[in-house]
Amino acid sequence: MSATLGKDLVGLEPLSREQIQLILDTAEPFKEVSERAIKKVPALRGKTIVNLFFEASTRTRISFEFAEKRLSADTVNVAVAASSVSKGETLVDTARNLEAMRIDMVVIRHGASGAAQFLGQRIRSNVINAGDGKHEHPTQGLLDMLTLRDRFGRLEGLKVAICGDILHSRVARSNIWGLTKLGAQVGVCGPATLLPRNVHELGVTILPRIEDAIQWADALNVLRLQLERMESGFLPSLREYNRVFGVTKERLARAPKDLLILHPGPMNRGVEIDSDVADGPHSVILPQVTNGVAVRMAVLYLLAGGSPDWANPGGGGE
Amino acid sequence: MRPILIRGGRVIDPSRGTDEVADLLVADGKVQASGRDLGRPDDALIVEAAGKVVAPGLIDLHVHLREPGQEDLETVATGSMAAAAGGFSAICAMPNTDPVTDNQAAVGFIVSQAQRAAKARVYPIGAVSLGQRGQQLAEFGELVGAGAVAVSDDGKPVASSHIMRTALEYARTFGIPVADHCEDPTLAAGGAMHEGLVSTRLGLKGIPAAAEEIMVARDILLAELTGGHVHLCHMSTRGSVELIRRAKEKGLRVTAEACPHHFTLTHEACEGYNTNAKMNPPLREPEDREAIRQAIRDGTIDVICTDHAPHHYDAKEREFDDAPNGIIGLETALGLAVTELVETGLLSLADLVSRMSTTPARIFNLPGGTLAPGAAADVVVIDPEHAWTVAPEEFFSKSRNTPFGGRRLRGRAETTIVRGQVVFAREVAANGPAGPADPARKEYSAGRTI
Repeated sequence: MSATLGKDLVGLEPLSREQIQLILDTAEPFKEVSERAIKKVPALRGKTIVNLFFEASTRTRISFEFAEKRLSADTVNVAVAASSVSKGETLVDTARNLEAMRIDMVVIRHGASGAAQFLGQRIRSNVINAGDGKHEHPTQGLLDMLTLRDRFGRLEGLKVAICGDILHSRVARSNIWGLTKLGAQVGVCGPATLLPRNVHELGVTILPRIEDAIQWADALNVLRLQLERMESGFLPSLREYNRVFGVTKERLARAPKDLLILHPGPMNRGVEIDSDVADGPHSVILPQVTNGVAVRMAVLYLLAGGSPDWANPGGGGE
Repeated sequence: MRPILIRGGRVIDPSRGTDEVADLLVADGKVQASGRDLGRPDDALIVEAAGKVVAPGLIDLHVHLREPGQEDLETVATGSMAAAAGGFSAICAMPNTDPVTDNQAAVGFIVSQAQRAAKARVYPIGAVSLGQRGQQLAEFGELVGAGAVAVSDDGKPVASSHIMRTALEYARTFGIPVADHCEDPTLAAGGAMHEGLVSTRLGLKGIPAAAEEIMVARDILLAELTGGHVHLCHMSTRGSVELIRRAKEKGLRVTAEACPHHFTLTHEACEGYNTNAKMNPPLREPEDREAIRQAIRDGTIDVICTDHAPHHYDAKEREFDDAPNGIIGLETALGLAVTELVETGLLSLADLVSRMSTTPARIFNLPGGTLAPGAAADVVVIDPEHAWTVAPEEFFSKSRNTPFGGRRLRGRAETTIVRGQVVFAREVAANGPAGPADPARKEYSAGRTI
């Protein structure tokens, strides 16, 4: 296989079908590492990685950190409250200082769209986008795709409905790019106030009602609803959101087939998703989390220059 | 002050409808004559203009000079020099300085700084409201008395329809226009670029075209209500153009401007989070750009302005959401207008001079915009054929924030004359630099070739 990822992973939009396929295929052997008693391979031994989180995050940061540690990298976590940014340092200065410390990779989570690309263009280290504003969250998109592929055995032709606040969602954008590139059909479902302008031009089907999504889809990816959306006039109330757009057991009972249920977390139980759905037999919310570590290991490994053949940890070693 | 004889150029003067090869003689700060074989006063400075266009100096009704308050970005002196290098003999300075130009002392300060600089003329625009807060009217009478030529709260739109109404009514007393930055603040809040496919892909909050059009419609209705003169700043959308066209058909006192970036670029320039493509109003869609071009052609848009907005490179070197709006434009406007509007066959050179000189002078009631004998000797010599590459590091402006760096353009100013004195020249005049006592000399040596 000749595809490589290039220097950075800022999103799935710039990636080719082959590159996305490469990451998903490389993640397969890494799944096994996390099942071992000794969860470690030496692939990134001696590499230093900074997890630079300008926004609060629990699961993404921990997932990256586990991925890094299971690849034997040395990691440093920089959280916003402890950083120089609160002293007024600009992102470009932060980047230059990290560069000066000769780090190999930066995993960045930032509230501004484009922050990962901005950083990647200014430092020689590899940059991995762990979520930038409303732009992309590529490793989330990849882990969602890996989870779908695990369950259905394919992505080609699969119908995936992304439900909820598409307008403000970086998860939605990464899923749209990744899934459409691999031949899946993507639908978006949510109140019109939370669908972005011209979203249909991204090659997605607009599903105005949650009932439409349930009729149409093979899988639902239910997005977290930010609770402050009512205050900015996008929604009247959480209660009404649940009544009109909530993924409930009753609604799913009317589906023509069993739907796989994904959620990027953290969930608002009883708002966008009911507990009996989240905890139900068709939910893959926890397998998503497990796959997150494998996908991130694959991304780190490939960006560091690892070859896909070498990724088989069984025969691994430096 | 030596007389200046501009020899053998194509003299275009829309104010008199003339377009002919002729000499132009200026002396004592005034245009003396134009015609063939004018006598040459012994001490006259000769400017050879064969193959070039001789026109009334360009006038930019919309410039941010940053002085007082942000002199690290631009000053009256550097901005008026950049203007001269771009072919402008006069510019209007917006009042969003620090402190705001909302009183006669502030207006007087800009007037005196412009006199000291002695480059392009600078006409202050006073604020509509105290502190541009949109609550209490500024003292228009005193502003005008000190030299203001219009009022505007540019950068902070007049949100209150009541204040906009009273401003239009009160401005009538002094015969000045109210220039408005049309933007519904609730629709535009937090927006970083045009709302459309590109903003959706980049995950940036968009500003819909309707945010501008709502205020354009409001201002037109208020112009009708009050009989006041509303000047609509930097129009960017197809819908705005349609509204203005209807208002003009009704004979309302509505004038409008558009900027080179809006007739040249679209929102696709924001790709890659290019902060030099971030401005307000934002770059719009191809249909909007086309509508603006057609509106400039048919006169629905009266004038071309730059909205010259200097920013430090640090301020643009950051996350798109946090970067400030605006680009500089004084030294690229003429080249963009010739390249995008004249070379494409949309405008004649005479129409271009009208949109950039004669009409701006007329609608803001300024000197200039004409080469009639006795008029102020504000003249530009343009080489409309000259091909050049935009090199921001060579700008006279203190700032470099332009999306046009490296772009090939045609057409540039060769010599700019203000009040009968050369304030900018790319090359030394045919008969050598002016005498040592002549203040024009310094500028001759300061001229450089891009």
